[in-house]
Amino acid sequence: MNVVEFLTHQWWLLVVVVLSVWPLFAQFRSLGTEKVLRTLDRRWIFLLMFWAVLLPIYYIGVTGDTFPEVPSVLSEATFDEIERLNEGDPVLLSFDFDPASGGELIPMATAFTRHVAEKKLKMYFMALWPVGPQMIDESIERVIRSDFPELVYGQDYVNLGFKSGNEGVIKVIVTNFRELYTTDSYGTAVEKIPMMEGIDNIQRMRLIINVSAGYAGTKEWVQYAVTPYPALRLVAGVTGVQAPLFYPYIPRQLHGMLGAIKGAAEYEKLVIDKYGGANPDPKYLEALRRMGPQLVAHLLIIGLIVVANVLYFAEKRRGATR
Amino acid sequence: MKRLVPMLITAAGGFLLIVAYFIPYWQSWGEKATIWFDVLASIAFILGGGNLLKVHLKHVSDRSRGWGYSLVVLVSFLVTLAVGLGKVGVPPSPQFPAFAWSGPYGQPGGAFWFLYEYAFKPLTSTIFAMLAFYIASAAFRAFRAKNLHAFLLLGTAFIILLGRTFAGVLLTSWIDPSIWSGFQYFTGLRIEVLTVYIMSVFTTAGNRAIMIGIALGIVATSLRVLLGLDRSYLGKE
Repeated sequence: MNVVEFLTHQWWLLVVVVLSVWPLFAQFRSLGTEKVLRTLDRRWIFLLMFWAVLLPIYYIGVTGDTFPEVPSVLSEATFDEIERLNEGDPVLLSFDFDPASGGELIPMATAFTRHVAEKKLKMYFMALWPVGPQMIDESIERVIRSDFPELVYGQDYVNLGFKSGNEGVIKVIVTNFRELYTTDSYGTAVEKIPMMEGIDNIQRMRLIINVSAGYAGTKEWVQYAVTPYPALRLVAGVTGVQAPLFYPYIPRQLHGMLGAIKGAAEYEKLVIDKYGGANPDPKYLEALRRMGPQLVAHLLIIGLIVVANVLYFAEKRRGATR
Repeated sequence: MKRLVPMLITAAGGFLLIVAYFIPYWQSWGEKATIWFDVLASIAFILGGGNLLKVHLKHVSDRSRGWGYSLVVLVSFLVTLAVGLGKVGVPPSPQFPAFAWSGPYGQPGGAFWFLYEYAFKPLTSTIFAMLAFYIASAAFRAFRAKNLHAFLLLGTAFIILLGRTFAGVLLTSWIDPSIWSGFQYFTGLRIEVLTVYIMSVFTTAGNRAIMIGIALGIVATSLRVLLGLDRSYLGKE
């Protein structure tokens, strides 16, 4: 279904959108474009942003269409770091984020968990954020319990939960895991968890996967784990505002990075291409689906900036003429 | 004495961690110091909770402006604390079926899970989502190409905004060597390529300079703190 067919079927939506912005058009006609734009009530901008996000979500929800993605070098590096591992290799997944950043980071967490599960790696989940355990539980529920029921808790994956101390936690577990982690998130002693055998520090991990929304997160993993112990490998999925801060660490301290929803969408494509099958579950397409609202919202912001600058230069020129 | 003891603890802890980093023999001492830090960080939660109670109880008792919000904070805090500490409504664990509250507190169906799922999660997500609206409004009101620097910033912002979506690919897809062989010299001008170039060259260079500057500042400040020259962290006399 293309856009025209969609609008033909969903004509009522067009009517609602036009009616909602009709008073603005009426103002343009009565007061003139320049005056309205100069004194534009910000609630009109909020309304435009609302439609810019909602319409693509609805369109993608109805049609299932997504934009094609070309994976970047960084996404490919992230994917390859997991691909090079062998079945049974231990991998640490640190989910250092909360629901506020879930829009960007949950698709990454889902894709990482799925990729690692497909590779049959041993998953050690932990969190440096107090709400991290809930993020871990959600990923386990969404991916492992529903699509990989053959994986056994304690043998194939374990949730070690949250520990307070931020970078202090990393500094300890990088040399001595059991000084801090005596039980898993559910209170089971680590000695009774089969996959914890031989894991005395995180240098045993073949890869650290960090999903980070800020402090403590990727920067601390780089500074306190990978920098003093260069044999450790680290890949990260981070929010858009953080991504530029981590480029200086690439590629020697940070071996792969997914930046914002775009990075998540590229990584999702790589995972789906390799493991997805012909008709992947929509939960594995979340980032790809969110690229639609991102496109329209970005275009709206560019449009608003252009209009504001045209207005600014017009006023400036008039001032100079006078 | 009130200032001397904290200064000595700071100096001892700091120098111990520095020595432990460079001398492997001292590594276990460094671990011990870091565990103390983790214990203190856990105790900080209690201090934080105490401070929150103190500030908001005062707001409520003074009936100062917006005291109703403080009341909401206090009720939310105390209810979540009681439910979390008391493990209210937590179902039995499959491992210990005889013990009523032995299951994980975050398990679906538990009261703590309910608070997280239906209060914390939607509230934090909503607040973060509102950023999109304010960014759009701020961009319209504040982003003007008033001088060359602002113009360059604006141009870069447009390239990145477009390059992070499919629009970037679409707009410059005509710069394709298969259409005209001469385009092979201009593929670097495709928006998605420019985006990567800006992020990996200009952004990296700028950030690296800032990071090195910050690191030097941290070293200088840390040394002043460890040597007792800077005592501002101890508060006033």
